[in-house]
Amino acid sequence: MAPYLGVVPFTVFVTLFLLWPTYIVVTGAFKDTNGEFSTEALGSVLTSANHLSAFQRSIQVSIITALAGSIFGALFAWAIGTGRSNGPLRRVALAGSGVFAQFGGVMLAFAFLATFGFNGMVTMFLSERFGESFLTDASWLYGMGGLAVVYTFFQIPLMLIVFLPAVENIRPQWREASDSLGGSTWEYWRHVAGPILFPSFIGAALLLFANAFSAYATAAALISQGSPIVPLQIRGALSSETTLGNQSLGSALAFGMVVVVAVVMTAYALLQRRVAKWSQ
Amino acid sequence: MTPPARTRSLGLRARSVWRWAILLLVGIYLLLPMVAMLDFSTRGAPGERSLESWQAIATSPGLIEAIVTSLQLAALSVLGVLVLLVPTMVWVHLQLPSLRRTLEVICLLPLTIPAIVLVVGIAPIYAQVTRFFGGSPLTLTFVYMVLVLPFAHRAIDASLRSVDIVTLSEASRTLGASWPRTLVGVIVPNIRVGIMSAAVISIALVLGEFTIASLLNFDTMQVVINLIGKRNAGVSVAVSLAALIFAFLLLIALPTSSGRRSASESEDS
Repeated sequence: MAPYLGVVPFTVFVTLFLLWPTYIVVTGAFKDTNGEFSTEALGSVLTSANHLSAFQRSIQVSIITALAGSIFGALFAWAIGTGRSNGPLRRVALAGSGVFAQFGGVMLAFAFLATFGFNGMVTMFLSERFGESFLTDASWLYGMGGLAVVYTFFQIPLMLIVFLPAVENIRPQWREASDSLGGSTWEYWRHVAGPILFPSFIGAALLLFANAFSAYATAAALISQGSPIVPLQIRGALSSETTLGNQSLGSALAFGMVVVVAVVMTAYALLQRRVAKWSQ
Repeated sequence: MTPPARTRSLGLRARSVWRWAILLLVGIYLLLPMVAMLDFSTRGAPGERSLESWQAIATSPGLIEAIVTSLQLAALSVLGVLVLLVPTMVWVHLQLPSLRRTLEVICLLPLTIPAIVLVVGIAPIYAQVTRFFGGSPLTLTFVYMVLVLPFAHRAIDASLRSVDIVTLSEASRTLGASWPRTLVGVIVPNIRVGIMSAAVISIALVLGEFTIASLLNFDTMQVVINLIGKRNAGVSVAVSLAALIFAFLLLIALPTSSGRRSASESEDS
């Protein structure tokens, strides 16, 4: 019994601030405003075109940016991983990626406002050179298009962080073996590196999907009108005081997000088992 | 049949060209917004440069207070998570090895719960927290400790695996040291690299956090940056750039686990 006393503080803390809130969200989705069991809130989410299209847009922007981020990020990881393993380039790329990937959506939103916004550097440069045109109409930045571009901006560095270990696990000797057996570059990627990296790549892409799907800060800072994606609708449910039953609506939307992320993370965990085979 | 040496070196050169082309393109994409922020925050009258936006950081209402709040929050959260996590992880490592997997799963849980979801569940709890501790934004420490849990766990875990702390602690206990003394005097110095990186990553995360602070109505740095940005984007861009550079310097000062060997060690688990 005595050894278990050592984990009591941790258990209490985690129960209070992690497990209990999770429990509140999950059970809250099945309650009405009086705290009685009800599927009304969930039902209203599932039948509302507004909420459903928010889920659709959230999933869409997550798929698009996970795809773009994982492809460009994987190329980036390859370019970094085949360099000197202790060099300054790797160090700078990793530190910079840590900042962009995990540091803050609000600041990245402002970075893009300064670049492509109405008074952004690129917008002004284009209008000075080529005059007013569709190129200088910056309104795309404040909607779903802007969201996709800024999300991709933090997905690429995240891919570098997640995928670099897999790339660095590829032994240069395998390439040499393939070369000396007469294999072409294509054959090397098709039969050696590709199959080894593929599970890690898919796993990382799933992680990127969950990352974009969960993101809130960028959208809150960037999008000025309406609540096109689920996290913004949750904000609406939490902050509006006019309609009754907002806590349960917020919980129902949050529960929907949990379900989507859970599906993705389960797939990720299953893939990770396959990956472990190669990382010995 | 071995391919002639010439094609092999051609292949190498092609690879090198590809490599630099990718680095250049991605580098430009990642750095262009940073250059734009510098340009945007130093604009004066047409065609002139001015440091007005940067000087306005000091005079913008609430901004300095919010930065101080965020720095305090970062310090408290790091301290909190280390005091909570290091003894627990060491204890589990030594006394309850069968719980290691459970501990890991719990610590990684916040990664799978979006902050926007956590805030829905934590809002009712914070109604109680503010009753006990008052409405200071520093109460965010509790929920921030949860947010940094996965990253702190991973960093400390990597360090714990690389040292034989079972033997170390047995040696220390045999020589008569108490358990707290063993922890502080023997084990902590041996895992200081992990503790350092846990601290740095946690500081960066807390300084950048927006979702929870904003929805619980606390004025942290990110919340105020966002607020000011609606009126005076120049100041917000200046503070953002400064914060990004600060985080970059923090992370680059970290002793990275580099090289092939440690890359496979720190493989995602």
